Amino acid sequence: MTVASEERKWAMGVLACAEPEALSALWEDWPGKPAFTWLRKPESGLVMVRGRMGGEGAAFNLGEMTVTRCALQLDDGTLGQACVQGRSAAKAEVSALVDALHQRSGDREAVRREILLPLEEARAAARQALAAETAATRVEFFTMVRGDSE
Amino acid sequence: MYVSVKGGERAIRNAHRLLDKARRGDPGLPAISAAQIDQQLALAVDRVMTEGSLFDRELAALAIRQARGDLIEAIFLVRAYRTTLPRFGASVPVDTAAMTLRRRISATFKDLPGGQLLGPTFDYTQRLLDLDPEAPTAEGAPQTATAEEAAVPRVTDILGRDGLIEAEDGSEAPVADLTRDPLAFPAGRDLRLQSLARGDEGFLLALGYSTQRGYARTHPFAGEIRIGFVQVELYLEELGFAVVIGEIEVTEVQTVNQFKGSASAPPQFTRGYGLTFGYCERKAMSMALVDRALRWRELGEDDKGAPAQDEEFVLSHADNVQATGFVEHLKLPHYVDFQSELELVRKLRREQEERRASLEAAE
Repeated sequence: MTVASEERKWAMGVLACAEPEALSALWEDWPGKPAFTWLRKPESGLVMVRGRMGGEGAAFNLGEMTVTRCALQLDDGTLGQACVQGRSAAKAEVSALVDALHQRSGDREAVRREILLPLEEARAAARQALAAETAATRVEFFTMVRGDSE
Repeated sequence: MYVSVKGGERAIRNAHRLLDKARRGDPGLPAISAAQIDQQLALAVDRVMTEGSLFDRELAALAIRQARGDLIEAIFLVRAYRTTLPRFGASVPVDTAAMTLRRRISATFKDLPGGQLLGPTFDYTQRLLDLDPEAPTAEGAPQTATAEEAAVPRVTDILGRDGLIEAEDGSEAPVADLTRDPLAFPAGRDLRLQSLARGDEGFLLALGYSTQRGYARTHPFAGEIRIGFVQVELYLEELGFAVVIGEIEVTEVQTVNQFKGSASAPPQFTRGYGLTFGYCERKAMSMALVDRALRWRELGEDDKGAPAQDEEFVLSHADNVQATGFVEHLKLPHYVDFQSELELVRKLRREQEERRASLEAAE
C-alpha cells in the first residue's frame, strides 16, 4: 500500500467512526465549502459483518449493519468517497467531501489539523475514559483452601 | 390448505387505531423517545439487534417502541426492514483480539495477562428490587483507574500457544449465508454459527442448559467472556484496499471443553464459540454451549440422541421470527379448513351410527 493510500485509509476510518454531530460541527467551521458533482448520491444499505470461529478460525456471517455510501467529484477532478456506519446521508456526504479535500495537497494539512485530528482525539478521549472506568473494575480473585489441610 | 378470507377492513383499521392508543398509554405521561430506549433499555436494544441480525441501535430502539416492548415483534420489524435495503458486501472478519474492552473475565485462570475486568455487570448484585421510585440510583459516579496499555490476548490464544487447545482452521473458504440460501443439512459450522447468532435467546438458553444437565454433556469452562468495541472493515473495490466503516459492540464467549486425544494426537481441550452484537452475555454463553454440542460429529464423539446434538432440530427451531409466524398463524381465520374437518367428523359419526343401527337390526 502506498503512503497516500495508507493516509487515505486512516482518514476514512476516522470519518467512519466519528460521531455525526462532531463531524458536522467541525464541517460547519470549515471555510469555503467546495463545489462538487455527485458520482453516486448517498445510498443506505447493509454490510454483512463477519466473525471468525474461535476468534481466529474460518469466517462466518454474524449479522448485518447499516451503512451509507456515496461518491463525488470536486471541480478540479478530485474524487471523494465514503462508506460510513449508519443511515445518515449528511454524514456520508461530509465524509466524502473531507476525503476529497484530504487528497488535495493544498488542503491536506488543514483538513488533518481542523477535522481529522480533532475527531481522532475525541474518540481517543472517549476510549480512554471507558478504559479508565473499566480498569477500576479489575478484580483480583484469591483461591481459598477449604477445610482442614492438616 | 389455507383458504384466505376477505372483508373486515373497517374492523382491522379500527383495531390498529386502538393499538396506537394502547401503545401510547396514558397521554398524561411523557412519550418515550428512541434515544431513551437506546440509552436506558440498552440490553433490550442489544437483543433486538442480535436476533434481528442488524446492528443499528436507533432502528432497534424504534422497533421496541413500535412493538410496545414485545421484543420478538421488534425483531420481526427489524428483519422486515432489512429486506428493504441493498447489501453492499461482506466485511473483513472482525478481530476480537483487538477489542476495546468493556468487560473481560475468565473462569479458567485467576491471573491472566490483561486481568479480569468486571465492567458494568449484574454479577455479584444481590438481586434486591429497589423500590425507590427514582431507583435504581447509582452508588456514586464510577471510579477510574489507570488502564494497561498492552493488548489483552484471548485466553484461547494463551492455551493455543502450548497446543493445549484445538487449533482453529483459518483457511479461507466461501462463507455460507442463510439469508441467501435455505438451510440444508448437514450444515457446516459457519452456517450453524450464523443460525445460532440470530437464534432465540430463550431457546438457546434452554438447550445450553440441557447440555449442562447431562443431555450431551461436554464439561464446559467459561474460558473467556469479552465484551467491547471492534472496528469493522470493508474492502472497497474502487480503492483496492479495506477501510474502516464503523465500530460495533460485540460479546464474545469461548468455552474450553472436554478434551480429546488419540493414539497419534496428544490430549487437548476443545472449544465452543459464541458471538453476538451488543452486550448479550447470556445469549453468547448459550450459543457457545450449543455450538460445542453440535460439533460432536467433527470431533468424533457419540451421538447421544440429545436435542442439542440434533442440528436439524436446533437450526430449524432457533429462529423466533419463523417460529412465531407459524405458531401465531393459527389464530388467523381457518374457517374453510375447519368446515371441511367438521363435515368429516359429522360424516364419520353418521356412518358409525348407521353401522350400529344395521348391526342392531340384524340381531
